[in-house]
Amino acid sequence: MLKNITMGQYYPVDSLVHRLDPRVKIVLAIAFIVAVFMVHTLAGYAVILGFVYMVSRLSNIPFKMLAKGLKPLRFILILTFLLNLFFSGEGTPLVELSFIRITREGLMQAIHYSLRLVFLVMGTSLLTLTTSPIMLSDGIELLLSPLKIIRFPAHELGMMMSIALRFIPTLLEETDKIQKAQMARGADFESGNLLQRAKAMVPLLVPLFVSAFRRAGDLAMAMEARCYHGGEHRTRMRVLKVTKNDWLACAVMAGLILLIVAEGLVLPMVEGIFL
Amino acid sequence: MPIQLNNVTHTYSQGSAFQATAIRNVTMTIEDGEFIAVIGHTGSGKSTLVQHLNGLLKPTDGQILIDGEDLNGEKTDRRRIRQKVGLVFQYPEYQLFEETVAKDIAFGPKNLGLSDEEIDRRVRRAMAHVHLDYDKYSERSPFELSGGQMRRVAIAGVLAMEPKVLILDEPTAGLDPKGRDSILSMVQELHAQGGVTVIMVSHSMDDVARLATRLIVMSKGEVVATGTPREIFRQVEMMERIHLGVPEAARLCALLRARGVDLPDDLYTPDELRDCLLSKWKEAHPC
Amino acid sequence: MEERIKVEQVSFTYEEAEDPALTGIDMKVQPGEFVAVLGHNGSGKSTLAKLLNALYIPTQGAVVVCGLDTRDEDKIWDIRQQAGMIFQNPDNQIVATVVKEDVAFGLENLGVPTEEMPGRIESALSAVRMNEFADSAPHMLSGGQKQRVAIAGILAMEPSVIIADEATAMLDPSGRQEVLDTVRRLNRHKGITVVWITHFMEEAAQADRVVVINQGRIARIGTPREVFQHIDEMRDLHLDVPHMTALAAELHKGGMPLPQGILSVDEMAEEVCKLLCPSN
Repeated sequence: MLKNITMGQYYPVDSLVHRLDPRVKIVLAIAFIVAVFMVHTLAGYAVILGFVYMVSRLSNIPFKMLAKGLKPLRFILILTFLLNLFFSGEGTPLVELSFIRITREGLMQAIHYSLRLVFLVMGTSLLTLTTSPIMLSDGIELLLSPLKIIRFPAHELGMMMSIALRFIPTLLEETDKIQKAQMARGADFESGNLLQRAKAMVPLLVPLFVSAFRRAGDLAMAMEARCYHGGEHRTRMRVLKVTKNDWLACAVMAGLILLIVAEGLVLPMVEGIFL
Repeated sequence: MPIQLNNVTHTYSQGSAFQATAIRNVTMTIEDGEFIAVIGHTGSGKSTLVQHLNGLLKPTDGQILIDGEDLNGEKTDRRRIRQKVGLVFQYPEYQLFEETVAKDIAFGPKNLGLSDEEIDRRVRRAMAHVHLDYDKYSERSPFELSGGQMRRVAIAGVLAMEPKVLILDEPTAGLDPKGRDSILSMVQELHAQGGVTVIMVSHSMDDVARLATRLIVMSKGEVVATGTPREIFRQVEMMERIHLGVPEAARLCALLRARGVDLPDDLYTPDELRDCLLSKWKEAHPC
Repeated sequence: MEERIKVEQVSFTYEEAEDPALTGIDMKVQPGEFVAVLGHNGSGKSTLAKLLNALYIPTQGAVVVCGLDTRDEDKIWDIRQQAGMIFQNPDNQIVATVVKEDVAFGLENLGVPTEEMPGRIESALSAVRMNEFADSAPHMLSGGQKQRVAIAGILAMEPSVIIADEATAMLDPSGRQEVLDTVRRLNRHKGITVVWITHFMEEAAQADRVVVINQGRIARIGTPREVFQHIDEMRDLHLDVPHMTALAAELHKGGMPLPQGILSVDEMAEEVCKLLCPSN
């Protein structure tokens, strides 16, 4: 029952954050990424962590879910940490064992980059967990629509994204069916080396492409029959409105960035006095 | 090669929020040489059931014995069994992928690791079975053929495995009367002349009345009745209760009986009903 | 009153094809009529459907829908709004990820103001009895339900004609009945003209008129009773005849004085009863 899978990682509950305008959420997510890159001290990361925790509470999303989103990234995280730890060159040595050399600066940098990565993922996860794919594609389309002046196909892009979302479950189900049908003819998708397995995919992929093209042709005709003629003179059923809460969210984000900037300026001064 | 099902249950996505039991406690035996029709409403579990018979789905509970061997036993070679039990899915033409008809039909035999001569022999034979002329069609692209022809190529692809049991899941779906008749007469020939056991999932009561030796009636994941068409189609009320209905001839027979015409209660083909009505008419008007 | 659809001496040849798919088609559909177009695969019946709402333009002759000539490029969107079309594959005509948004698709294309949409969507969905699924994902629906959503998507555009191009070919019997019943209801109660393209004779038998197409030409036009009486001719065209019509003909041959052109089981029971029931 492949069609039962949930799409993307949208977490369908109701919350203040879920109800925010998707355009605002996308902009805020970008602002958050900028904020993360502005952090230069451990105290700054503590502020960011506090912020992420607060947003996850406001979104009714268990913090555990966010942490779980990091799991697929664990190897990249470890790699980032180790690379920075061992290969950051000059600095105050902490450990020196034959060819292994860990410096204080190296350690700081390793922590830095790893935390950046962690918060980048958490921030974007908060966006995708609280915004349904269709709202996300709506938001992207509308944010890009000013670019129509330079002939950027914002409407077409949005339409493509929403049609893709519509057909993913259908194509998944079809994949399952074709796979079974070929297995009934003795196909083996599970054993053999990489090359053999890639070759075994041909009887699955060719019918899938043929079917996708057939569906695309049918759909194009059905859309034309329902008077679809591009984005011109088109109205929308879903109209996005920026509300008071959206402005409030923007203010909170502005506050966060200010805090990071201030902390970045103030803390080094304090450190300078004491060290 | 009898197939035996003992208390087979299948639950999709077990343990998740989407858990759904598709078939429940199915017990039955399919003997060699039968022509079985599995009938039931959409969602009654027919497709799930037939996918168990060649090991594409594993029962979540219960056991399937093929020729006495446990299909899902640890030592069982399921690919070998899939060769013996051929399964033609719904709209099988959507699984064609090769450049030529002959190559597509050869896909199954090739997977069995047969010699080139044997593969060629099987392709020719399978094409003859589905009434496609080898010289005319073997080198054509399957994607250039008509819908009905594509379906026959796909069925030939399964026949080339030379199965002892052939399962067809709604083989006539989407075809017009001509395409439907040609597929059905082909299946009938395979059963009568090829000695193949046939298991066909169908929605058409009139088709199964004409072809099957035994019906398996499914409703809500369970087998609710099994028997010859004559035994099943006399149960007009039961069949209407599960929204399947009976062939039109059986329904007419039931309507006439209810209004006092003295007819046997187990007529279900137009021909026998015709003969019966005509003899009644001649009795009443002996001129 | 003027006819809803007028097809005059229409021929159509596909690009790159040698032989025409349709030749010399002449037919008229009156307002409120339910006309079935019956033919086997490749007979040209789907081509005819696509000519009726300007998806194809005739190579020769003219198709006039609600007084609008399909050759007039400026009128293309008016024609498609007036003559809505549902297609064979239920999966390949639903655009949106939520039912009500799919119903809105046509309205958005027509530029209907946003405030007007919810009302039109709701009445379209209730006309096909799919209200309770307004917020469902289309891929979770049955084939028959998907087709009803497609019908709602057209209804919202307030058409005067619905063209169904083999809309039931991929459905199971109950799905088929549910879609046919829906369209018949719209035909009866809302006066929407229907052109129902099919290869199922039992569906054609329920129409006001049947147009039989074979090899791109009209083979016969008439009421179902008239058309299906020609049992041998229909079989020569690789089409079915209702079982009861065939049975009635055989009984007639055997000496029972039954009327010709019986279509349904109930009708048949009635007529046989007149001859054989004990009380008569």
